Amino acid sequence: MIEPGTLPRLFAGVTNRPLSLEEHERVFQPADNVASLLEELEASGLVGRGGAGFPTTRKVDLLRQQRGHKYVVVNGMEGEPAAHKDNRLLSTNPHLVLDGAEMLAQMIGASRIAICVARDNPTVVNHVERAIHERARRNLRGPGIDLHTPPWRYVAGEESALVHWLDDNESLPQYRPGRPHILRIGRGPVLVDNAETCASVGLIGRYGAQWFRSLGTAEHPGSVIVSITGAVARPSVLEVNLGTRISNILATADADTSPQAVLLGGYGGAWLRGDQINTPYSNESLEQFKLSVGAGIIAVLPREACGIAEAHRVVRWMAHESARQCGPCAFGLPALAEDLLAVVRGGHDGVAALTRLQDRCGIIEGRGACRHPDGVVRFVRSSIEVFAQDIDSHLRGAPCAGARSKQRFLTVPALEHEEDLIWE
Amino acid sequence: MGVIRRTGMFILQVNPILCDGFGHCAELAPELVHLDEWGYPIISKEPVPMADLGSYESARYAERGCPRQALHVAKVNSPAPVSNVPLNLPRPARAVSRERRPL
Ligand SMILES: Cc1cc2nc3c(=O)[nH]c(=O)nc-3n(C[C@H](O)[C@H](O)[C@H](O)COP(=O)(O)O)c2cc1C
Ligand code: SF4
Ligand code: SF4
Repeated sequence: MIEPGTLPRLFAGVTNRPLSLEEHERVFQPADNVASLLEELEASGLVGRGGAGFPTTRKVDLLRQQRGHKYVVVNGMEGEPAAHKDNRLLSTNPHLVLDGAEMLAQMIGASRIAICVARDNPTVVNHVERAIHERARRNLRGPGIDLHTPPWRYVAGEESALVHWLDDNESLPQYRPGRPHILRIGRGPVLVDNAETCASVGLIGRYGAQWFRSLGTAEHPGSVIVSITGAVARPSVLEVNLGTRISNILATADADTSPQAVLLGGYGGAWLRGDQINTPYSNESLEQFKLSVGAGIIAVLPREACGIAEAHRVVRWMAHESARQCGPCAFGLPALAEDLLAVVRGGHDGVAALTRLQDRCGIIEGRGACRHPDGVVRFVRSSIEVFAQDIDSHLRGAPCAGARSKQRFLTVPALEHEEDLIWE
Repeated sequence: MGVIRRTGMFILQVNPILCDGFGHCAELAPELVHLDEWGYPIISKEPVPMADLGSYESARYAERGCPRQALHVAKVNSPAPVSNVPLNLPRPARAVSRERRPL
């Protein structure tokens, strides 16, 4: 039993190889205080860790009302290039994730569990495969678990794209006019949850809601795994108590503790200015800056970096990762990237590009089938706001030193040729 | 054509995945749709009262005239704000005549 109020929880007992089923059961011995999974889940106040931050009980309730052959899909795609948390979790303790998925399946009455890991990550795929075999050998009763390996794309981790892949072998998001929308594989309703959410459900199912709430804040309870990249000695993955000050998280990770800004919530997220990093890391405290914890990403941008040049690189990559199904996303995002480039280059074109950029943000927002363009718009708007000074000096033709140096801090994968993009 | 219901609201919705940006909808329903710089429709997400017959007919024309069948007139179930919707609306500035429209 893990003592209440202590860390690590999700990473308890980790070694440098994945915990076997026996080790896992030794470390996470169940306490006998969980009578009803559903009530405990509701009392725990768990919100999803995949980005949207939606209460998990509400999703479970919605699925419970559905009929048919139900599925639980574990989203371990890790679409964000700056994130490593799902990979780390699945390669240290895959059984905790599988436990949580089985509990979710039990709650909604699902007969199959599909766990999705990007095929570009063969080590993680192997670890998960082994864990599934281990469970099969011990003949655990319950839903069957399958491993699926879609190709890695940013939008392939979006829930409707993932379900589309499972249903029809195409990692493309689907059109969902009314929300909440029940995604389906064939005719079976699907519950999609992030791998870390499943692991947290696994903990709640063992130790109960009260134990779970011994960490975190009242409205955003529990612990969360954060991936810290950017101006750090070594990109790291930490499990933190929700409500810890961001500056303390940075100090623990050996990162730059007086940064220019930190990017929260990934490349579809937004920036927090360097003088605000004493804010506690939880949704209720970040709300005042219109930010959220999202997928648990903290990318640190040091003072010597040029924020607007970094923003351009990110937006160019995000535009490239569009599934190119919807006009406003396929044409709008590259246009945003071009405008940002004009701003970086400065001069007269830059001034015009800046106003155009703001107009285009308003035009693109909310017009894609998925939330990919909305995330890019949020990122662009926050970059314009937070790096207003940088933009000003670029437009006056005196860019900062950071723009001229070749050093870049945010991890952005290389662009592939459009014809090499694999969607199935 | 049957009885036209004058209560309730509707929204014209576009499926952005199907839409190919030919822009017919902007011609068929100019009061509801305008095009962005790439030729894709921008449609307000605000519900329109059904009593605004001109808009409703245009929306139905656009729905039927879209070559990709990407448009859908969705009825909104929320009770119509009766007070601020005069039922005897003045005729729309642009006359709704069938002759001027394809289909
Ligand atoms: C463009 C886009 C990409 C996404 N990529 C991922 C991803 O790689 N991994 C993930 O867990 N969720 C991703 N999401 C969020 C999922 O759509 C979904 O909200 C999440 O899996 C729900 O799980 P949760 O309720 O446990 O948070 C993405 C969303 C969008 C809009
Ligand atoms: S909004 Fe963009 S990423 Fe999403 S489905 Fe449409 S084209 Fe694809
Ligand atoms: S008519 Fe249909 S396909 Fe053409 S722009 Fe309008 S919605 Fe898109």
